[in-house]
Amino acid sequence: MSGPDHKSDPGNATGGQLPAGSEAAFSMRGTLLRKNLMTALLLAPATLWLVVFLVLPFVAIAIFSVGERAPEGGYQAAFTLAQYANLPARATAFWNTMVLAPVGAFACLLVAYPVAYYLALRAPERWRLILLALVVIPFWTSLLMRTYAWMYVLGGRGIPALLAYVGIEDVRLINTPGAVLLGIVYGYLPLMILPIYVSLERLDRRLLEASADLGATPLSTFFGVTLRLSLPGVMTGFSLVMILLLGEYLIPTLLGGGKVFFIGNALVDLFLQSRNWPFGSAIAITLVLVSVVVLIAANRISARLSGARRVDLI
Amino acid sequence: MSKSYRDGLPISPEKFVDQLMRLKRGSISRRDFLGLTGLGVATAVMARELGIMPTPAFAAENLGDRMSIATWPNYHDPQTFENFKAETGVAVEVNVFGSNEEMLAKLQAGGSGWSLFVPTNYTISTYKKLGIIEPLDMAKLGNFDASKEDARFTAEGTIDGTIYAVPKNWGTTGFAVNTKKLAKPMSSWKEFWDTAMAEGDGRTMVHDYQLTTIGNALKYYGYSFNSLKQDELAKAEELLLKVKPHLFAVSSDYQPSMRAGDAWMTMCWTNDGAQLHRDIPEIAYVLGKEGGEIWTDFYAIPKDAPNKPAGYALLNYLMNPKVAVKEHLANGAPSIDARVNALLPKEVMDNPILYPAADLLKPLEFGAAATLTDPGRAELMARFKSA
Repeated sequence: MSGPDHKSDPGNATGGQLPAGSEAAFSMRGTLLRKNLMTALLLAPATLWLVVFLVLPFVAIAIFSVGERAPEGGYQAAFTLAQYANLPARATAFWNTMVLAPVGAFACLLVAYPVAYYLALRAPERWRLILLALVVIPFWTSLLMRTYAWMYVLGGRGIPALLAYVGIEDVRLINTPGAVLLGIVYGYLPLMILPIYVSLERLDRRLLEASADLGATPLSTFFGVTLRLSLPGVMTGFSLVMILLLGEYLIPTLLGGGKVFFIGNALVDLFLQSRNWPFGSAIAITLVLVSVVVLIAANRISARLSGARRVDLI
Repeated sequence: MSKSYRDGLPISPEKFVDQLMRLKRGSISRRDFLGLTGLGVATAVMARELGIMPTPAFAAENLGDRMSIATWPNYHDPQTFENFKAETGVAVEVNVFGSNEEMLAKLQAGGSGWSLFVPTNYTISTYKKLGIIEPLDMAKLGNFDASKEDARFTAEGTIDGTIYAVPKNWGTTGFAVNTKKLAKPMSSWKEFWDTAMAEGDGRTMVHDYQLTTIGNALKYYGYSFNSLKQDELAKAEELLLKVKPHLFAVSSDYQPSMRAGDAWMTMCWTNDGAQLHRDIPEIAYVLGKEGGEIWTDFYAIPKDAPNKPAGYALLNYLMNPKVAVKEHLANGAPSIDARVNALLPKEVMDNPILYPAADLLKPLEFGAAATLTDPGRAELMARFKSA
């Protein structure tokens, strides 16, 4: 169907072609109604889901965040902004998170890009699916289990014991910032690889040939063409990983020995140790706002870098 | 890896202990990951080992087929729950916790699903005040004999003459040292903290728990373990911030690190100290001569327990000295019940880790209820952890 025809359809249907008040018009209206009803019905489960599991909890947290901590912990009704005024008390945790999230995401990117590049452009066709599956399969195991495994690999009976065999004694790997970074890269790698892979796979290879024909070195072709065109995938992966890292608490606790304190750890302690729900809620709200800002910023940057093409991050 | 980790741990309670190690003191259950991953559910379903005297109370009520208990890691003989299931048909789901604060948080939020839990002495008055627990129906606890309990440890279970909780065992909070790595003999909290910044640099662990970590830092200066005084807490904070960069970890999950040799010294509870020393003799358990904590863990039943009959049945079962003695052999914490002590082997009763000399016990303090809910100590802990 060509464009103009399609456009004129509604006009014809309701007006010119049919006499006013005809049965056809009614039936058309009926069809529309049915269509709307159908749309509403189809959307209802998702809407209900979002309301029950996203909007209502968010409202509850917003209400908690202007309340007060009850003397024995928990929440008591109040209207105060004291919790928000108290945010600087967790400034270190916020700062640690603001450093970890981009650094962790960048480290992830450095490891993920070559893998995605190989998978999309270099890997033999018949191996590609298997290799992709290998990237995804670890995700089927709980992150908790995989992180615990790292605790034993990095712990005294793991790699340090092997190093001791070859005479390198008393190496400590577990509970160091390096261990946390390793855990993060390992844990979030698939989330970074897949979007980059998708954007590289769609890459029109004739552009690479053209670049070479016009005298560009492989390196400048990579930076000028390949990387630029895969930026939407890079930014998607980057913001996915970064937003998840903003709430990370498990890996720092297990591989950092609880010495590295992120905003996620602060939240856990506020709810489960000091039971200061209002303050915890205020931090949670702030964290959500920060995440939104990060997302918008990443979207903008990504749009600019990739030549104002529309980019879907999530 | 897990296999090698179990090496040298021959008996079955130890295997269970190892399973629990992975979940462990807090880090997981605190985040409620246990439930999500199903890891925290150590449901005892396998054995059919009968032979413990049946208790008449079981017949009287319908106990259902499952119940859930909240307790501490490495704290029970798994055989106990298996036997209980064999006798009553009730499967026991064990939830492991890292701190009293965390248990309180779960109960305050409601819907914990526990029919029995194990609070420490200093929390019981708060539970009662919040209406989270109710008086125990002693008629259902025929196996409990108050006259056989050592009164030094039972006081806080009874409020205004009403029994809200019955004791499980008592213990102390000291520190464990790997004497092969840190040969210098130690006997005080001052030495603990100083060593953490010297020979024990990068090898020392403190609890992820305000009561003991702040309390034992207060002991460095000889202040009360329970102090809420601003100036004293400020001194403790100063010490904690100074020690922080030298620590191996802030975690109550210290057995794996001590066993693996990653950590050489850690704050430690009696029962963990006894287990570590039993398996690795060079790990010694030390009580600070300045004092520190002495504690009693109790059993209590939440008001909103979904299966109270089973909760009572299990509690009564655990109060049976023949059952309790196995619990003590497994977890290594000293008993309060004279009937149990009579059944324990001599070497257990002579173990100085479990039963320290009187002059070491004298300066110890029971935790105070106020520390549980004090926002000042909670914020201090947060500043320490985020430093």
